[in-house]
Amino acid sequence: MAEIATLREAVAALVSDGAVLSMEGFTHLIPFAAGHEVIRQGHRNLTLVRMTPDLIYDQMIGMGCAAKLIFSWGGNPGVGSLHRFRDAVQTGWPRPLAIEEHSHADMAARYQAGASGLPFAVLRGYLGSDLPKHNTSISSVTCPFTGEVLAATRALTPDVAIIHAQKADRKGNVLIQGITGIQKEAVLASHKSIVTVEEIVDDLEAPMNACVLPAWVLTFVAEVPGGAHPSYAHGYYQRDNAFCKAWDSISRDRETFIAWMRKHVLGTQDFAEFRRSLELEVGVGRG
Amino acid sequence: MVCFVGIGLPSAAANLARNTHAPEVVLIYESGTIGAKPAVLPLSIGDGELAETADTVVSVPEIFRYWLQAGRVDVGFLGAAQIDKYGNINTTIIGGTYDTPEVRLPGAGGAPEIATASKEVWIVLKQNKRTFVNKLHFVTSAGHQSAWNVSLGNGGSARQPLRGNGPTVVITDLGVLVPDPETSEFTLVALHPGVTVDQAKAATGWELKVTQVLEETPAPTEFELKALRDLYARTEAAHGAASTEG
Repeated sequence: MAEIATLREAVAALVSDGAVLSMEGFTHLIPFAAGHEVIRQGHRNLTLVRMTPDLIYDQMIGMGCAAKLIFSWGGNPGVGSLHRFRDAVQTGWPRPLAIEEHSHADMAARYQAGASGLPFAVLRGYLGSDLPKHNTSISSVTCPFTGEVLAATRALTPDVAIIHAQKADRKGNVLIQGITGIQKEAVLASHKSIVTVEEIVDDLEAPMNACVLPAWVLTFVAEVPGGAHPSYAHGYYQRDNAFCKAWDSISRDRETFIAWMRKHVLGTQDFAEFRRSLELEVGVGRG
Repeated sequence: MVCFVGIGLPSAAANLARNTHAPEVVLIYESGTIGAKPAVLPLSIGDGELAETADTVVSVPEIFRYWLQAGRVDVGFLGAAQIDKYGNINTTIIGGTYDTPEVRLPGAGGAPEIATASKEVWIVLKQNKRTFVNKLHFVTSAGHQSAWNVSLGNGGSARQPLRGNGPTVVITDLGVLVPDPETSEFTLVALHPGVTVDQAKAATGWELKVTQVLEETPAPTEFELKALRDLYARTEAAHGAASTEG
């Protein structure tokens, strides 16, 4: 049953060095506040899992939190490359980063297998692609009925899933709206979970067939208004495109990046303080 | 027509089509938005406007399984960092080896399955010697490979046909290429006004084949130009100075 706690308490309780951590969000509802809290608590040797690692994983990789990245597309959407991710893969700074690389269809299937309690997933994938040559989590299986050779891919079962959503009720039931991405599967595939939400309300008022995660499949729920910024929360606030663009220059240089992280993330107590710190800086963080 | 749209140039082109000659085209973005009708170009494949204007929004596993893998997509519209003469695509690494690349690119995203499960694939990219290469450093998404081998890790290596027809056209800033019916090698069939064959050859990392009767692509009409400029102006107003080309 979900326990309603602060984000700091939830991360301290569930995230440990060396854990396999899935912080999902498909360009929407990205759990930035939670990523910052993992950085503040100084975790190391994490295996980070995400279909679309973007700015928050760039920050975690650049701060040396991750030993391995499991992913399918790593970039700053609409802007370009992730400089910290590239630096880690190309030069091993600040530490070497092992990568395990898939396609989106495969990652989605792996989460589904994990959520379904199956050891692997099947898809018609990777035809003619070099990716399986570099990844022992991708193999093949022959259909017993038709003889078709299909891609077989190992289930994903992270230690902890962390996602952001719009609302929870006081029992900890969570409503996700808009582009729901892979978050439901990530939570159900993982052993434990943390959901940060924009607000905790008396009544979810969830429409029939809405994407609701019942409290009893969640471990912690934490209220963090604005916790997806600079990503967006449908119905609450829009994507901060100016920040995503500014990140390109903040992250390009190692020293600029470290100074920025020290000032705004390590130098603040929580996400609300981080937001105030950003707003004080001219031209950045105004969403 | 159902078009599975990549971000950047494919999305710009598909929305221009929707604003001009193809108002009924169904645009699918991999974030799960089916029938999206954005008024401005999305900055990412998961912009809120795609969800708000979509006929339906489904989960990411569903978009890849029920809608793409099952063969419901007519055209997969992709960009690329590099292509070769058979329309194979690299979006993974440039230079070095896979484990120690000179330049690490974002990776596959949805492309490996879009490229093989769509009934046909259109590729749009800028043409120069860095993008049109003789040998790809990495095949992320397959086009027409001359020796078609399915290589799936340790277990399988079976010759197997593409499910769709693969890439049927490559559109660049210089002209248009289509695969030779015999060899599947991409051949220049049209140039944009003012572009020469020598320019196209000089911008190609292999010996570019040119069709016997080379056409000139029609210049855009005033209506098309206005629609495109309006689309970019609306996009810039909505997103600020952020890039619209992914």
